[in-house]
Amino acid sequence: MSSMTRTAHKDGLELAVIQERLSGKDGQDYWRSLNELADTEEFQEYVHREFPEGASELSDGLGRRKFIQLMGASLAFAGLTACTRQPKELIVPYVRAPELMVPGKPLYFASAISQGGFARGVLVESHMGRPTKIEGNPSHPSNPREGAKFGPTDIFTQATILDLYDPDRTQVPIWNAKPSTWTRFRGSLATEMAKLDLDQGAGLRLLTETVTSPTLAAQIQDLLKKYPKAMWHQYEPNGRDNVRAGAQMAFGEVVETQYDFGKAKRVLSLDSDFTAVGSASVRYAGQFAEGRRIEDGQKNEMNRLYVVESVPSNTGAVADHRLPLKGSQIDGVARAIAQALGINAGGGNTYGHDVWVNALVKDLKAHQGESLVIVGDHQSPSVHALAHAINHTLGNVGKTVKHTAAVEASPVDHQASLNGLVSDMSAGTVSLLVMVGGNPVYNTPSDIDFKNALKKVPTTIHLGQALNETSQLCNWHLPESHALEAWSDARAFDGTVSIVQPLIEPLYSAQSAHEVLAMMLGDGRQGYAIVKEYWQAQRGGATFDNDWQTWLHDGLIPNTALAAKSVRLKGNYGSPVSSLDGLEVAFRLDPTIGDGRYANNGWLQELPKPNTRLTWDNAALLSPATAEKLGVKDDDVIDVAVNGHSVALPVWRMPGLPADTVTVHLGYGRTVAGRVGNGVGVNAYALQTSNALWQAQEASVSKTGQTYKLACTQDHWYMEGRGLVRTGTLEDYTHHPHMIHEMGHVPGEDANFFNGIHTSEEGHAWGMTIDLNACNGCNACTVACQSENNIPVVGKEQVLNGREMHWIRIDRYFKGSLENPELYNQPVPCMQCENAPCEVVCPVGATTHSAEGLNDMAYNRCVGTRYCSNNCPYKVRRFNFLHYSDDHTESLKLGRNPNVTVRGRGVMEKCTYCTQRISAARITAKVGGQELKDGDITTACQGVCPTNAITFGDINDPNSNVSKLKKQNRNYGLITELNTRPRTTYLARLTNPNSEIAQHG
Amino acid sequence: MASPAPIQEDPTAPAPVLGPGQTYTTITQKISSIITSRTTVGWIVAVALALGLMQCFLLGVTWLLIKGVGIWGLNIPVGWGWAIINFVWWIGIGHAGTLISAILLLMRQDWRNSINRFAEAMTIFAVICAMQFPLFHTGRPWVAAYWLLPYPNSMGVWPQFRSPLIWDVFAVSTYFTVSLLFWYLGLIPDFATLRDKAKKKISRMIYGVLAVGWRGSAKHWHNYEMASLLLAGISTPLVLSVHSIVSFDFSVGLVPGWHATIFPPYFVAGAVFAGFAMVLTLGLPIRAIYGLHDFITDRHLNNMSKVMLATGLVVAYGYGMEQFFAWYSASPYEGYMMQNRMHGPYQFEYWSLILCNVIVPQFLWIKSVRLNPYALFVVSMFINVGMWLERFMIVVTSLHRDYMPSSWDMYHSTLGDWLLYAGTIGIFLLGMFLFIRVMPVINMVEIRLLVPRKGHGKKPDHDASTEVSAE
Repeated sequence: MSSMTRTAHKDGLELAVIQERLSGKDGQDYWRSLNELADTEEFQEYVHREFPEGASELSDGLGRRKFIQLMGASLAFAGLTACTRQPKELIVPYVRAPELMVPGKPLYFASAISQGGFARGVLVESHMGRPTKIEGNPSHPSNPREGAKFGPTDIFTQATILDLYDPDRTQVPIWNAKPSTWTRFRGSLATEMAKLDLDQGAGLRLLTETVTSPTLAAQIQDLLKKYPKAMWHQYEPNGRDNVRAGAQMAFGEVVETQYDFGKAKRVLSLDSDFTAVGSASVRYAGQFAEGRRIEDGQKNEMNRLYVVESVPSNTGAVADHRLPLKGSQIDGVARAIAQALGINAGGGNTYGHDVWVNALVKDLKAHQGESLVIVGDHQSPSVHALAHAINHTLGNVGKTVKHTAAVEASPVDHQASLNGLVSDMSAGTVSLLVMVGGNPVYNTPSDIDFKNALKKVPTTIHLGQALNETSQLCNWHLPESHALEAWSDARAFDGTVSIVQPLIEPLYSAQSAHEVLAMMLGDGRQGYAIVKEYWQAQRGGATFDNDWQTWLHDGLIPNTALAAKSVRLKGNYGSPVSSLDGLEVAFRLDPTIGDGRYANNGWLQELPKPNTRLTWDNAALLSPATAEKLGVKDDDVIDVAVNGHSVALPVWRMPGLPADTVTVHLGYGRTVAGRVGNGVGVNAYALQTSNALWQAQEASVSKTGQTYKLACTQDHWYMEGRGLVRTGTLEDYTHHPHMIHEMGHVPGEDANFFNGIHTSEEGHAWGMTIDLNACNGCNACTVACQSENNIPVVGKEQVLNGREMHWIRIDRYFKGSLENPELYNQPVPCMQCENAPCEVVCPVGATTHSAEGLNDMAYNRCVGTRYCSNNCPYKVRRFNFLHYSDDHTESLKLGRNPNVTVRGRGVMEKCTYCTQRISAARITAKVGGQELKDGDITTACQGVCPTNAITFGDINDPNSNVSKLKKQNRNYGLITELNTRPRTTYLARLTNPNSEIAQHG
Repeated sequence: MASPAPIQEDPTAPAPVLGPGQTYTTITQKISSIITSRTTVGWIVAVALALGLMQCFLLGVTWLLIKGVGIWGLNIPVGWGWAIINFVWWIGIGHAGTLISAILLLMRQDWRNSINRFAEAMTIFAVICAMQFPLFHTGRPWVAAYWLLPYPNSMGVWPQFRSPLIWDVFAVSTYFTVSLLFWYLGLIPDFATLRDKAKKKISRMIYGVLAVGWRGSAKHWHNYEMASLLLAGISTPLVLSVHSIVSFDFSVGLVPGWHATIFPPYFVAGAVFAGFAMVLTLGLPIRAIYGLHDFITDRHLNNMSKVMLATGLVVAYGYGMEQFFAWYSASPYEGYMMQNRMHGPYQFEYWSLILCNVIVPQFLWIKSVRLNPYALFVVSMFINVGMWLERFMIVVTSLHRDYMPSSWDMYHSTLGDWLLYAGTIGIFLLGMFLFIRVMPVINMVEIRLLVPRKGHGKKPDHDASTEVSAE
């Protein structure tokens, strides 16, 4: 190692060294990061750092302001608070108790949370009138789970609850930066609307984001009817314009395309991250994982996924074959595939991957009607059109692919719609601009000067939950009610309508979009009446009141899914994209804070981004080879320039990125987001132009000589051949079912110095399995756990210090070459060891073993020696090094789970298998005079998991799901040679490679 | 500073333990003059500096109590850092005092007499410094202060006796108590001397109280001898047990680099090694400043060097065994741990440690080095640093990369770490400076015992004290 270090330094041939090191390895060799791999300067720097570094921490105390600023909505730090005298409060009983409300027992209400306009069905847990946790609605099509109490969800849906309690939400209407009232707004609006009556609303413009809500759409139509010269514009920067344009190109009309991954045996993704991004990602991830589930003796077939992608994604991580190509090259590959299938698409360029493409085409042809091709939203319309043609040619339509009418109320091209609006505004023809949500001053490409256009509009009104870059420039900024505070409705990806019902009175003086539109229409109704009366008009009948109740209870209106629609190919596939040599910029929405709308959400800011494991920042992602070529390393700040714009971004090297691609995530660099999101990261919209929204060729990069420290939760180092993520191919596994067990060692039952440590076989014994074949590393478990267990956000400085608090983390490993490694994700909660090393070393007995095999933590008893964490081989324990919990922000207190202690400073904490849920289920069973059944308890991570990778239950019950899974040959424990006897075990990951490609490497 | 080696009649005989021409009177005069003479400017400056350093401790602890242990460089996986390193380092330093006063007494090594007093004082102050860390390193010191003690309570909650940290509490508190008693016991006859020599009433009263009515009667001497012997008997196992138990903090854990059976003897040897280095670090300047060359002679330097060399070799053997078992165990975790120490990000610390603790002590094979106070001082400073690095290596480099590569991280010390470390050095130095000024730095009684032997070749009787009283 040291000799290589010297080589690396002397010659600067970092990459060569890495490759040399990789080539010398075989078998299960994994590496964690490039610094470790390469023995880079940073690595060497550490050697010399220990002593001189100390003084630099002097700024720690001085950086307090920054610290507070960062913690914001999710935490605040405090000094000694233990001595605070509790305020006097009176406890009085209800005079008239609300129906069904039993103190200590949560209620669940079905509702829907929309992202990008599309609804996700949810069940919201409410404690004494306070929503505290969002679960999926298992009977909703966007996140179905048969026979389960809760359905899965994604990170954004989970984190919505924190947005509700965000202390930076706008609390009263704001008029020209001064607090005002709704009464004044109504007065002012009436004057404006009266002016509009004179010219049929010629000066009125309404700007919304994507609208699927039938009620809102009807209101907008009413408005347009009343003011025929008014115009409705939509803008949301999510790349769905290309989807619409692709359908238009292929079929001559805009259609919605739905997929059934459950029926697809062969899947080709052309730059699509379908398991993590999109309105049906939770459903698709689940269906896809179901197609990969292997059960010994029951099911030994699995689907096969080919991914061609320009940015390593969650979907790429679960691929059997992953081909990294520049975004501009994907058009060529798509054409080559189409051509090989007999579609007249012009000859495509396979970029030297003929073997790959030929094998793929052969495989697709062999699975006609049970294959599927899906394209990433941001890919060009012609690639979408080609995929439609391929699916039609393969006979997939009607089987794995379904077309329906558009789900959006008005499927317009958002970019064109915005351009139209901006030119009208600049021309001075707009007298009143009403924006319902959105942030076009911030989230538009740099060549669209919305800010200046806005100045030319006499009256501007913005409805939004919090002040943003746009609303602060408007005459009126109106506080919008949160989805959990207001009545509404929305359609899911397939058109299914859900009624959105409020769980709590608006925390502040907020109104919904429906109510503001009603005001514009001179209609004084409130949200409930607006929504209910709309549906009464639509589906009124004798049974309406009953139906309404049923819809609210079920969380959806049955039979509202859109019917399949037959379409005809036009044979138009656009002109081939010429992929130029040189650097190309790939723009993507940030995987955790989206287009920037979640910037003030501490959970999402601190959530390690898939594959890079970065938090709190965006970066210029470069492949290691490209970084080497440019002479930059991690944390170096570079100027990325394209189409005449440039931004400075820190470099982060990402194996598996195609060469000559700079991936830049949008959504950072907010200036008016709130105390958490302000000034975090770099605004990459400044680099984006409307003619090259998602991939921009002919980019250039120059060094600035500066560095910027990025906070990454995975540290830099090798895996050293430890059998943590165990993998094999399906074929090998079928022939050698014990291959997974042979990758590690489990001591015998009697290998114990002490007797009687093992948990009794009577009663319950909780255990968990995590199926690595299903997990795609979507992070939903981490956020769900954070929400369920009141886990604080610690801020970037603390993450840099290695003090993040997540109880369940996703470990990410690579295997193979730097250009195209295999990516593995491994969720790691507490292993709940039967021989727990943490328990014996605690001097005060704060962590002890329960009769049911849980490794309990008594926070009150903990004195914080941290010995348990040192002795934990899995490093799943988390310590409150400072006072991380926010004791001061009143609104955040409302959102906490009352069944979980909020930990103070100096206390160790860790995953408890959601012990509060176990207790609640036990009590319910006992009160009901019944035994606890398998499935009565769902841990937060298990419930949320889109791929059903996590199974929890009683391992003393031989018929429980978890017991059955633990009998699988794929079942193994982590570092079992230490005789820890972990209760959490893993099911090894299997791949199903195409032998024709595998042979060619 | 160095006096030329005295000419000896028999060249093979060991150097004398007492310089030539010393009588009871001169011994008492010389040693007590350090206390009775006027306060020197140098001493005041030294105390001021030590007090200043001690303010770092107050600052560091205040900041710590306000904010929490997050002010240090700790993280997950490195849950222990400088606090534990310093704790073990200070405890180790204390060991020389106990070894000298107990084991060497039992072995009738009379050369110990002139160094045992300040070695014992050093033990007391080092243990006081050490005891700051286990408490303040906890997340909640306000409860850790008593929850680790087995006090009866209405909740029926007891400490968890399987934890080595509990063993630590008992080991260290016992050690401190016994060391303090032993030290005080030895001081009683000297306090009596000082009481008798005191010119001011206030000093007479203070030393009188401290002397607890010592009159030098035969019965007193008998009890004194018996108590010394008993305490020596009690202390002797402590020398071995305390650092063994401290080593259990690590060896009971399963962290690669901690979980090793060599730890108890290796820690004890390391402690004695470190302790003697510190005795020399302090003793050599005291000898030079106060002109105590006749009491701390070349014989002492020679003997102490030999002890350091011997224990240093045991420590080196420990390092060797760690290497051996990392290979022999065939455990990939152990193997990686050792590779990581030697070639990982903390390799500088590891190789510095080898230089300080293995290579530099080899100079002690050379007699001229053993007898040269300057050279010895340099060697002892190397060992002081080396033993700190050893604990750094054990605590930090083992933890920062253990089983799960996904959790590996680096430890960077912070200002908070430095404040507390510098602060305890301040406490230690302040204690030592005050001790030198108000208590006899060398045991007068025991040194006087050496005189008749020199002159008459026979053991003295206890009439010596009558003479003391007569003065």
